[in-house]
This record gives sequence, C-alpha cells and structure tokens, in this order.
Amino acid sequence: MNASYEWLRAFVNFDLSPSELADLLTRRCATVDGVVGMRDDLKDIVIARVVEAGPHPDSDHLWVTKVDAGGELLDVVCGAPVVTKGTLYPFAPVGATLPGGLKIEKRKIRGETSNGMLCSARELQLGSDHAGIMALDIDAQPGAGFLDAMKVGDSRIVVDVLPNRPDLLSHRGLAREIAAALHKQVNDPKIPGTAASVPVSFVSAPGKKEAKAANITVRLEDAVGCPRYAGAVIKGVKIGPSPEWLSQRIVSAGGRSINNVVDVTNYMLLGFGQPMHAFDAARLQGNTIIIRRASANEPIRTLDGADRKLSRDMVVIADEAKVQAIAGVIGGSTSEVTDGTTEIFLEVAAFDPKLTRATRKALGVTTDASYRFERGIDTEAIPELLAYAVRLMIAVAGGTLSGKAIDIYPVAAKQEPVKLRMPRVATVLGETFAPADIRNDLKGLGFQVRAGTGTNALAVVPPSWRRDVIDEIDLIEEIARSRGYDSFSSELLPFRPSGVPDAPAYLLERKVRELLVGLGLLEVRPMPFVADGKGATVRVSNPLAEDEPFLRSSILDSLATLAEYNLARLQKNVRLFEIGTVFSAAGKGTSPALPVEAMHAGMVLLGQSEPSHFSQSGTRNFDEWDAKWVAQVVAEAAFGAADLRLNVISDGLWEIASGGKSVGRVSRLNLNVPVWAAPAFGIEIDLTPAIGLKSPATTYRSLPNTPPVEVDLALLVPAAATSEQIEEVIRKEAGDLLESVMLFDEFRGKGIPDGTRSLAWRLTFRSPERTLKDKEVQGRTAKIVRSLEEKLGVRQRTS
Amino acid sequence: MKIGEEASAAIAGASDLAALDVVRTALLGRKAGQVTELLKILPQLPPDDRREAGAVVNALKTAVGEKLDERNAELSKAAPAAASDADLTMPGRARWLGAKHPITLVIEEIEEIFRDLGFTIAVGPEAETEWYNFTSLNFPADHPAMDMHDTLYLSEGVLLRTHTSPVQMRTMQSHKPPIRVLSPGNVYRRDFFDASHAPMFAQIEGLCVDEGISFVDLKAVLTHFANRFFGKTKTRFRPSFFPFTEPSAEMDVECVICGGSGCASCKGTGWMEILGSGMVHPRVLKAAGIDDEKYTGWAFGMGPARIAKLRYNIPDIRILYDSDVRFLEQVAR
Repeated sequence: MNASYEWLRAFVNFDLSPSELADLLTRRCATVDGVVGMRDDLKDIVIARVVEAGPHPDSDHLWVTKVDAGGELLDVVCGAPVVTKGTLYPFAPVGATLPGGLKIEKRKIRGETSNGMLCSARELQLGSDHAGIMALDIDAQPGAGFLDAMKVGDSRIVVDVLPNRPDLLSHRGLAREIAAALHKQVNDPKIPGTAASVPVSFVSAPGKKEAKAANITVRLEDAVGCPRYAGAVIKGVKIGPSPEWLSQRIVSAGGRSINNVVDVTNYMLLGFGQPMHAFDAARLQGNTIIIRRASANEPIRTLDGADRKLSRDMVVIADEAKVQAIAGVIGGSTSEVTDGTTEIFLEVAAFDPKLTRATRKALGVTTDASYRFERGIDTEAIPELLAYAVRLMIAVAGGTLSGKAIDIYPVAAKQEPVKLRMPRVATVLGETFAPADIRNDLKGLGFQVRAGTGTNALAVVPPSWRRDVIDEIDLIEEIARSRGYDSFSSELLPFRPSGVPDAPAYLLERKVRELLVGLGLLEVRPMPFVADGKGATVRVSNPLAEDEPFLRSSILDSLATLAEYNLARLQKNVRLFEIGTVFSAAGKGTSPALPVEAMHAGMVLLGQSEPSHFSQSGTRNFDEWDAKWVAQVVAEAAFGAADLRLNVISDGLWEIASGGKSVGRVSRLNLNVPVWAAPAFGIEIDLTPAIGLKSPATTYRSLPNTPPVEVDLALLVPAAATSEQIEEVIRKEAGDLLESVMLFDEFRGKGIPDGTRSLAWRLTFRSPERTLKDKEVQGRTAKIVRSLEEKLGVRQRTS
Repeated sequence: MKIGEEASAAIAGASDLAALDVVRTALLGRKAGQVTELLKILPQLPPDDRREAGAVVNALKTAVGEKLDERNAELSKAAPAAASDADLTMPGRARWLGAKHPITLVIEEIEEIFRDLGFTIAVGPEAETEWYNFTSLNFPADHPAMDMHDTLYLSEGVLLRTHTSPVQMRTMQSHKPPIRVLSPGNVYRRDFFDASHAPMFAQIEGLCVDEGISFVDLKAVLTHFANRFFGKTKTRFRPSFFPFTEPSAEMDVECVICGGSGCASCKGTGWMEILGSGMVHPRVLKAAGIDDEKYTGWAFGMGPARIAKLRYNIPDIRILYDSDVRFLEQVAR
C-alpha cells in the first residue's frame, strides 16, 4: 500500500514527520518499507538569509547581495524586483540542481560574482509566481535544508500490509491507527464546493433483492457472490481532467490520473478502501443490471482489451444482453466510461472474498479491486461511501444524482461480541494492565466495549472494518499492539527444561558430520532437484524448472554435479560431503501417502589426497583405498563395527552391508569432466537404519605390559585367493594370542610367478599375562602356513 | 687394533645420522662391512688361533656397536641444531582441513545458545501433508495468507513443507509440555533462484509450550538470543502476522553493517529483520490436542542462510549452494 503523507493528514491532524510516521506505523500495525520524498528534486535547496542588499553598480534592475547560507557570507547577484535585507529566501548554492535540471554554477553577472541563486516559487516548481523571489516567513537557521524547514512536497509511505489487515489498505484505515496512537479523531476530508451538501437518499428495500435506481433496475441473483450491492445514477457529468488536488492525491499514492470520473473511483479505493466501478449507464442494455454467475464460456472483453471466457463459478455484473464486468476483478470495455459519457451508474458493492480470489487466479488478473475484495472490505461502510462518492463525483465532474440511490443487502452481517477475560490478558502477555487502559485502547480502535458476563470480563464488539477479530486472542493482540511491543519486559524468567529428548536422527547426523569434517571433507548443502532419468521417482507436480522436476533418490546425484561445477572452474581437488534427504515413492497404507524419506550421507573424493609440499616431488591422488577407508569409518560410526562388511561387487567397488543388509556402496563416479581430471570416487550410505541404534558401550581394556612378538609372513598368492580369505584363515589358525594382523605389502612382477602375487602380512602375537616363547609363535605360524596352503593354495615365499 | 681406531675416528667424524648410517654399513654391513669381513675370515683360521681371534673380533664388534649407538644418541639429541642449513622459513606440511557448511555453523551457533535455555532438537519429514503444513497451523483454506507460501506440491494433499512448523505440530502431538524444542531443517518455496531467494533453504524454528509462558518470555528469550548471537545489540519487536501465532511479532536488530544509522543493506531503516515469532495460536494448540487454557506457548522461525549471508558478508545467496571448494575452504580456516 502506497500512502500519501498529506492525504493521511487530511484524515487525521498530526504533526509527525514522514519518518516519525513511518516509525509509528511500523511499531504499531504494519511495517513501512520506505519513505519516498515526492519533491526530492528540491533536496539541494537551502534556507538563506540576505544580510546585505544593494543595487548593482552596472544595472538598473539587478541586486548585489551578501547571503548567509550557513557558512561564509556569499556574494550573490539577484534579479528580483525586491530583495529585503534580513529576510529568509530559498537559495540554490553552487553545485545545486534546480527542478527541471538547471545546474547552478559560479558566474559573473555584469562584472559582479554570483555564488548561487535566490529562487522564486516558479523556479522551485512550487507555483507559477515568479514575480519575485520567495520570501519565507518561517523560523529556520540559514543553511537548513529547504525540504526540512518548509515541509513542502508530499511523501509516499510504502506500507507492507499483511493479509490479516485489509482495513489498512486505505488512507482512512491507516489514519485510524494513527488517530488511535495519538488519541485523535479521524475525519473524512471535506468535499470542495456546494456538492458537499447534496442530499443522497436511498430506496428503502429491506430484505429485497431488486431495486430501481432512477431508470435502472438492479437485480441481485447471487447473494452469495455479492452480499451487498449499492449504486446510484448520476446524469449530466462532464468527463474531463481532474482538478489539481485530486490528481495529486492519486499520483502521490502511486496511481495515475485518468479523468475526473475514474479518478473519483480510484480516490474512493485508495482513500477509503472501497473499490468502485462507474458504468456508462447509456450503454447498459435494457436499463438493467443483474448480478449473477457467468454461464460456461460466456465471453467478455475487459478494460485491458483482453477477450476472456468465463466459467460458472465466476460472479458477473450483466445487463440484459451480456456481461458488463467481472465482479470484484475488472470491468468490461462495452460500458467503459469514455470522453462522451454523460450518464453513469456508480457501483459500490461487496463481493465474496473466496470467489473473487478464485476468479482472479483463474483469469490471471490482479487489480487493486480484486486485491481488496479477496481480503475483505468493510461491507457496513457501503452506503456512507456511496453517498460520499456521489457528492465527490458531482463536485469534480458535475451532473446531478438521478432519483434515489439503491442498497441491496438481503442478509445483514452480524458482528458478535467477543469475550475478553482480564486474567487471560495477563497470562498471555505476561504483564498486567489497568482495565481502564485496556478499554481505552480498544475504544480508540473503534471497538465497542461493555461489561461482559462473569467477573473481570468484557464483551467487545469489533468495528465493521475489523472482521479479522473473532477470538479473544485477537483482542489480546490488539492490546499488545496498542501498549507497544517495546514496552514489555524482556527479562529472562525461570523455565522448565524441555521434556522432549533430542531427535535420534539429528544426533546421528551430527556424529557423522563431525567425523567427516575430521576426515578433511567439506560440507555442502545443494538443491535436491534432479532431471528425469536419474532413477528418481518422486516428481514435483508444479516444478520451478521443467528440466529438474524430480526429487533426488541419491545424494551422489547432487555431489556429482557439484564436482563437475568445481572442475569446470579448474578446481581439481574436490572432497565434499552432504548428509541430507533422498526421496522414493510412497508406500501404500497412509492417506494421503507421503513419499519415503531417507537420511543419506554422500561423499565424493577426487584429486590430491593431500596438499602439495616442497618436501615431496609429487602427491598421490585419492584412490579407491581412500574411499574404502572413509566408507568404513563412517559406516562404523553409524552402524557399529560388528557385522559390518564391505563386499566386493561387480558393478561398483564395494557394497556396504550391516547385519547382512545393504546400507550403501562405494563406486567410481562417471563424471562429465575434463581429461585432466583425476578419477572420482563416490560413497553413499543410507543412515536411516542406524537412527536410534544404541552404540555398544565402549569399555576400557587394560593395556598390556608384556612384549609382543611380531612375525612377518610373505605369501605367494594365486589369483583365486583374496586377502580377506587369507586374513580369515590367519585369524582362525592363530588362536587367541593373535593381537593384530596387518597387510603391509603387495607385490607383483619380477621373481613372482605369473598369475600370482606376493602379499606380506605382519602378525602380532601377545599374551597379556606372560612373555611368549619363540616356540609357541613358531608353532602357530607353521600351522597358519600349512592351513593357507591346504585351503587356498597359498605358499610362504622362501626367497 | 687398527680397525678399532679407524672405526672410532669414523664414528666420531659422522656429522649427522645419515653419515653415521654410512659408517655403520661400512663397519657392520652384512655384505661388506669391515668387521663383518673379519668375522667371515674366522672359519678359515686354524682352530687354536680361531678362538683367540674370535674373541678379539667379537669384542671389536661389540665395541664398534656400542660406539655407533653412543654416537647415534648424541646425533639424535643434536638433530635440530645439526640441520643448521635448513631454511625454516619454508611452509609447514599441510593437511586437508574439513569444514562444516556456513549454514550448519550458523545453525549450531543458534542451537548452542538455545541449549543453554533448556531447548532440545526435533526434526520431521520434508514432504508433508497439507494438514501438517497448513490446516493444523490455522491457515485458512484458499486465503491470501497462502500467497506468502508459494508451495511445491507432490500430489493431492502432499507438498514439500514450506516451513519447519509441521515439526512443531508433530512434537506437540507426541510429547507433553514442558516442550522447548528447536527444529532445524530444509524447507521449500516455489521461488526462483536469485541473489536472495532459493527454492530450498534451511530454516530453524523454536517452540516453547508450558504453563505460564507469556509474551514476556518470548521477548526475553529472543532478546537474549540476539545479544549473544550479534553481541550486545538493540532489538525492536514489531507487529506481524502469521496464521499460527498471535500476537505475532518480528524481531529486528540494529543493522550490523551501519550500526543503526541507515545504509543500503537495511534500506535506510537502521534495522535488520532477523526472525518472525509469536504466541502459539490457541487453535494450533487445540489441533495438537493440548489444553489451550492450561498451556500457552511461543514460537519463532528464522533463516540461517540469510544470517550466514550477514555474518560472512556474502553478497549472493547462491554462493552458499554453488559449493566452490575455495569458498568452502574459506570457512575451514
């Protein structure tokens, strides 16, 4: 809502500056997003006092003056008929730009230097008087800004009105809040001239759905779509430009002046929040207006020139022949007011918010009118505003009211009182207020306040423009606003800690995140949208981008894109992780069925395994063994080491399995990358099954005091045997004295028969109680070697 | 014992550990060490000489070994000084550092402050029913309030949550007061990606429900939060509207860029909008099955990405999601 500061002052008399007003509105009811000075073209002009004035030695009409503009005295030459010593004038110093673009420079006028210009009203575009410079009868310091000192020029106050307060979508509505804050009254602006006292009387037709305004019969067929319909016929109007004051109002509030009749309807919308429509009455077929639903595909050409087809749930204003306006949204071009119009039917109605909203959404047209109707207007104000509008119309466009006005309102709305319990106010707000203050706050906002049933309770009837107030809590908010949020204490009070335990999923996420950061990976939080063909099954029905309509089923889809993004920016070392949600199609049973969500951890490794350093000639790239380790520690952190396996798979590298169930995989990533890019490895683990798993208690194991015995075993391994199988045999045969097994070398090539490789293991034996004898270890080693040969064809390397 | 003297001189002359290693090999090396060679000769000597020579050579070997060990210990101790020609201005050996995302850092910082005030963490699904996302939160059906939440739908009645408030509802359904929870999570809006909007972004909400909880508690906790998070700062509460809270309030803090004098970042107001909040609407408590006469509560919500933008002086929110490793590493240091 764009409000004019001056227009607001026409409703309520206040002395606040535009920025003070903005602050008041922001703290009280609606945030002001900006204050725009309408005369910022005068920002360079300052107040100056003429301290010396004498005739120009070389001219009979020029003055030579000395001017105090807040600094050193300036020599200024002036061509006005009269310059009075000691008087304040508007002054444009050197460097200033006048409205219209003239830039003031230092110059010589007939030999005398002039450092600026004393200005006339016309030069400042403040009127047409240029007979002389503008003597200012104000109390201001020389050097003060002209705009600050003179309060000339309107300001536009940009107000962010939230959906619950449609009453603030007008100057009168905002004025009510200002008046309540300052304990003042709201008065409707006076209509100029004699039209202000034109009598406007209404046809009395209680409960009826049909009435006649002059020669026009109005029939309300759809009282749901249109609860109230009022109107009047004005004959003999003369279309023309609006008077200056009216067009100024419209422009200050961000609108555009069209002509006197249209400007009046816009004045009523912006000033009072009531959309109105003026039909050219001569164009209405059969002198009839019918408010009804449209028929299917009924056509209309609207004011914006568009041909539209309507549907049966849309409310229209029609004459005998066809639709003349779409109720609450936009008028039709047939009965549009034109320069030749002399007779108008002025419509002031209330249309159903939900139907208006549905219609404007279906048609894709939002107007100032639809914006207000879908939020709700003040239905009770309709007759009063119709009368005001008729008088204003006559004042600016001439003509006379023909016959009586009509007001069809079959079912009058009732405003029920809302009960307000004083103790409840204190409970919710945490502070106790004097009942008298509460009453005054509410009365100031137009609420009627009576004693309620029960002690300490009030019965409060909201004003007709506050349909948002229906519950006690709504009244409590009114009180809090009126008292001012800033007036409340902000001292911490004692509290009971939460009875809700931390979410296990969050704890797991945090644990895994800490681990991955410790492993040197960088966390990312990408968008989860992916293209078709990525195996995703959950589609957004109204996606933002048609090329990415799906929700991902794998985190690696997101990470692969980010890796490619980095490579494209020549970042060749990429180590990213994300813990996030992936989606798959809904299971059956629930209604409505939600997709299945899983918490996955994804990791991508590519490029150098560590930063370069001068001490090493080259650095190693991340390889599958790095990926395997990361996968293993992350999976262990989530699922525990017991029953965790990384199984070799044919279509990737490893499948991560916990308790026999697959929970993730490690794979080489096929990226769309430059040739110089290092191989990329991806890990994806479904953490969902690990949520809430209790990790086994870690207990201290006493550290041994006995010495270990280490045995290195170099083995010749045939192609069919795996490291895992060998380790299994070693562990089985070594018995309980084996402390650890570590593979420390793999070798193929010279000295090793084709099709075999050499694997070297270091076995550490230890007894916690005693020093082991060589014989014991030798015996076990021999047994291991025998068993390896029997079971796997693995032999000990001799040379 | 010529070898003995030579050996002593060579050992003493080794100026660093590497040189000593060379000496050790020259003396005791398995293949061609001088002492080893002597030992190899022993079997060729006549048996009588062999015993005597054996004793001598073995004593020599032991002595040489001891001398080598002594020198080794000396050099090991003196090692730093010995590297006198090393250029110590050269850089240390780096390791990759990991880093949490700036949004995570902001969430964790918020979390830490609220943990001190008795809050725990709650989470919920990102795909939600209309009931949890709107209806139960007192959003009137087909009302302009819905325009504030441009929604991505998955199917009839199923959507991507537009705020983390459904977690509030789920928490209130499953737990009795006292409830003090924070719910961080991703939310979705049908907003095009630009410098300040993303179709998916993180949100963090707080909910407090108990007996005797009032607007004063709300103001106190949120003011306390602002002072801890932004450093001692001025705050301002102004009326707002959210269907699920009443009274509703937005909290501003003094602009962190200009300190309140007005700048482009704060649109000249001197204030920065930080969070939306309010007393939980009685209808929301009712919808969750909580006695709205006995219990009252308050809630707030804010966007960590916006705060990260402020905190790290990031000009464009897309930088947070683009994930250039150079950006992510800036946060690691």
